Amino acid sequence: MEYERIIGLETHVELSTNTKIFCGCPIGFGGEPNTRCCPVCTGQPGALPVLNRAVVEYGIKAGLALHCSIHHHSSMDRKNYVYPDLPKSYQISQYEVPLCYDGYLTLGDGTKIRINRIHIEEDAGKLIHTENAVLIDYNRGGVPLIEIVTEPDFRSAEQVREYLERLRLIMKYLDVSDCKMQEGSLRCDVNVSVRPKGSEAFGVRTEIKNVNSFSFIERAIDSEYKRQIALLERGEKIVQQTLRYDEEKRAVEPMRSKEDADDYRFFPEPDIPQIVVSQQEIDAIKASLPELPAEKRTRYGKVWGLSDYESEQLTKYPNIAKCFEQMVEETKEPKLCANVMLTHLFRFLHTEEEKERAEFPLSVQEFSVVVKHISRSALSNQFLKQIVDTMMEQRKPFDALFDLKEFQVDEGETERAVMIVLEQNEKMVADFKNGKEKAIGGLIGQVMRATKGRADAKTVEKLIREQLT
Amino acid sequence: MIRALHHQLVNKELSAVELTDKYLQGIHTQDSVLHAYITVTEKKAKTAARKVDEKIARGEEIGLLEGIPMSVKDNISTKGITTSCGSAMLRDYQPVYDAHVVEQLKNAGAILLGKTNMDEFGMGSTGESSYYGATKNPYHTDCVPGGSSGGGAVSVAADMAVFGLGSDTGGSVRQPASFCGVVGFKPTYGAVSRFGLIAYASSLDQIGILAKNTEDTAIVFDTVSEFDCRDATHRKRNKIATVSELQKPLTGKKIGVLKELMQGISSELEQLLLASVEVFCGLGAEVVEVSVPELALSLPVYYILACGECASNLARFDGVRYGTRTKNYDTIEEMIVNSRTEGFGFEVKQRIMMGNYFLRSVNYDNYYKKAQEGRAALCDAVKQCFEEVDMLLSPTVHTTAFPFGSLTDAVSRYKTDLCTVLANLCGLPAISIPCGYDEKGLPFGLQLMGNQFCEHTVLNFAYQYEQATGESRKPTVGGDSVGI
Repeated sequence: MEYERIIGLETHVELSTNTKIFCGCPIGFGGEPNTRCCPVCTGQPGALPVLNRAVVEYGIKAGLALHCSIHHHSSMDRKNYVYPDLPKSYQISQYEVPLCYDGYLTLGDGTKIRINRIHIEEDAGKLIHTENAVLIDYNRGGVPLIEIVTEPDFRSAEQVREYLERLRLIMKYLDVSDCKMQEGSLRCDVNVSVRPKGSEAFGVRTEIKNVNSFSFIERAIDSEYKRQIALLERGEKIVQQTLRYDEEKRAVEPMRSKEDADDYRFFPEPDIPQIVVSQQEIDAIKASLPELPAEKRTRYGKVWGLSDYESEQLTKYPNIAKCFEQMVEETKEPKLCANVMLTHLFRFLHTEEEKERAEFPLSVQEFSVVVKHISRSALSNQFLKQIVDTMMEQRKPFDALFDLKEFQVDEGETERAVMIVLEQNEKMVADFKNGKEKAIGGLIGQVMRATKGRADAKTVEKLIREQLT
Repeated sequence: MIRALHHQLVNKELSAVELTDKYLQGIHTQDSVLHAYITVTEKKAKTAARKVDEKIARGEEIGLLEGIPMSVKDNISTKGITTSCGSAMLRDYQPVYDAHVVEQLKNAGAILLGKTNMDEFGMGSTGESSYYGATKNPYHTDCVPGGSSGGGAVSVAADMAVFGLGSDTGGSVRQPASFCGVVGFKPTYGAVSRFGLIAYASSLDQIGILAKNTEDTAIVFDTVSEFDCRDATHRKRNKIATVSELQKPLTGKKIGVLKELMQGISSELEQLLLASVEVFCGLGAEVVEVSVPELALSLPVYYILACGECASNLARFDGVRYGTRTKNYDTIEEMIVNSRTEGFGFEVKQRIMMGNYFLRSVNYDNYYKKAQEGRAALCDAVKQCFEEVDMLLSPTVHTTAFPFGSLTDAVSRYKTDLCTVLANLCGLPAISIPCGYDEKGLPFGLQLMGNQFCEHTVLNFAYQYEQATGESRKPTVGGDSVGI
């Protein structure tokens, strides 16, 4: 029988607010353990949480970018479970009424992944297992999170991957999170079920907890999909349970059975008053939203005539897009700028970090000058690589390194070079005249060498053909 | 009393050190019997008192509370001073910060004498559930002092502090005040920051004041109610100094006697209440009877909500970061389970068990949700009342103090909260003031409840009553009263 996979996602995104969700402790990654915590975020007796309003604002930004409605009145709830990294033994989250609801994210092929809700909550600390002790670092405790819950709308692991990549990009454009999976600022719980193709009813679902890399997610889904089908084929039942993906074994395995029995005993958080968001506030946030990647891609295609590939590549990093748009503004040459950016400048960004920050050895604006020269035919395209390389290596602007004349020859000089080359290469000339078409390539090369590459190859070819026919 | 002591200090008839010493003396001579204190901070108190004397000697002006000895309940955080909540769980726990109210009182120059005994984590109304042994009623040491702020009430009644801070979740300040013949005041929920109060039931908890009289209560209230942004439920309001409102006449004011809370009371105590009503009539107030049938719900509603919240609030005591950690464990799970088993007493465990039961997803709708609806219904009914009257009147408790061990089952103990839980469920300011003595000489309290954030009205009524009825009797049991 053929089966269909049904997948839903719960994605946790760590927000990059200055301070934690319920206290004034700063947010950061790494550093000495337990240096960014206080009585509130370590759950000292008597300490009380006070909601950081920036978290609400960031949550609304994410909600609006994902086409969600915003609740004017939402509230915090307590999710009770005991674990040493959770200092109060309850997590303050939103259960009954989340901040945002009913949104969607559109994939490249037009598939809409519906978003059920987005709620705000606090992160837990981290356990550090050493040889003879379990240590706890509460630096991450109280870092604000949004949890984005989709409907079970995915039908393949590839769709999940694409959704996550798009989601991550949107969060980066909004500047609400750096979304670094390796640092845990983007984490996923994946719900998987299968059903016979054509069937309407959903199968029993299992949840794979805390998958934290793109490739793991795809592999985890595939392995769970295969496990469920194998069970069904053997006539066995799928048990609703929480699983963990073991990357070494490349297989899912049940988490401790106690986890399954957890009853979170949700109830309204008495220490935090209702969250009230006015329409005015929502409108103001909406007006402040930046242009998002999907809108940018459309504009690049429709207004600037770029290919889908170019648009996709240029919007992959918010700062690259920003540099690119700056160049276009200065030169009015989107197509040429796209080429310069993607073919030439991009080569100088090596690490993910450098791409994130668009950290070129030399300011991108310096290359607008070059584009402008090309644009008014003062400079041939073929020098681009050489010019860019030199500028980048020397970290100096065009004018400090080159004289534009170096790249220009007049028609008379080209003609003279052609004549000399033809005279000096009798054999090649003879070959060409005898119908050996390839021989012209060698002649052109000789002319280019003679003019140090400044001559325009097309003009050279034209002149040679005129002379020899 | 505070004002009189202040004048003595200013006029150098008495030094702050002498004053503190007198009260410490009171503790030394009486507290081995009464056991109002868990921790006495004698050294720190003397140092603080000396500083006040130096200030006076320099001719600097001092505030009303400067040099005034106080007690603080042992569930209110005091930096570097053990804050045990009356529990073995926190026997060695020293907070790293001061509660907001403690900060305010320290800034005002009040002298902390020590931390007072209490029912474990505030759960109890007799003082018997303290890990450190029960506090005794100074009027009769065979009787309970009430609870859970029993230590605080006794510290004030037996002159072991000029005033005390307590906490009131279902009557824990007012009930012991009634049993010990002192004033017990629970402000509106949100009128005093809870920052640093170790939570029992967060939506009901409120820091309260125990004092000899209403004026002292008002002075302390005006100090501790200073705005604090660290408690999100604390409301910033236009502050009315309650002290300046005490003198207002009650002419034309209307008092509603809560019919449901007057039922089932002994005729002896009923007589005391009726006499009090007469006093208010004499002061020009109109007295009517009001009925809130929803009061029948109040005890189950209160215990479901309080237990639910307590189950969650006390889950943080796992032996991981602070408090008692068992020596008997191999795994993290065992460490947590055994620490809690060893650290909590019976009553606390019972309420945690009940609370978790009410909160279970299969039970939530039948218990917790219904209780929230009941609470909303009560609040609506009370709101209606305050459209008719300015003040609600009832007994604080249906009885005077009873002998230790006389209430053996949980339900009859819980019933002692019948008259007091309403103010917590509806967030009202409420006060218990002494209104007489039974034939055994045990004090009896009258409860006044005002509308939300009408502390000034409640204290005004209590003050006028006090002025009209005169001084109360001093306890003599447990050693000679120090008689200051």
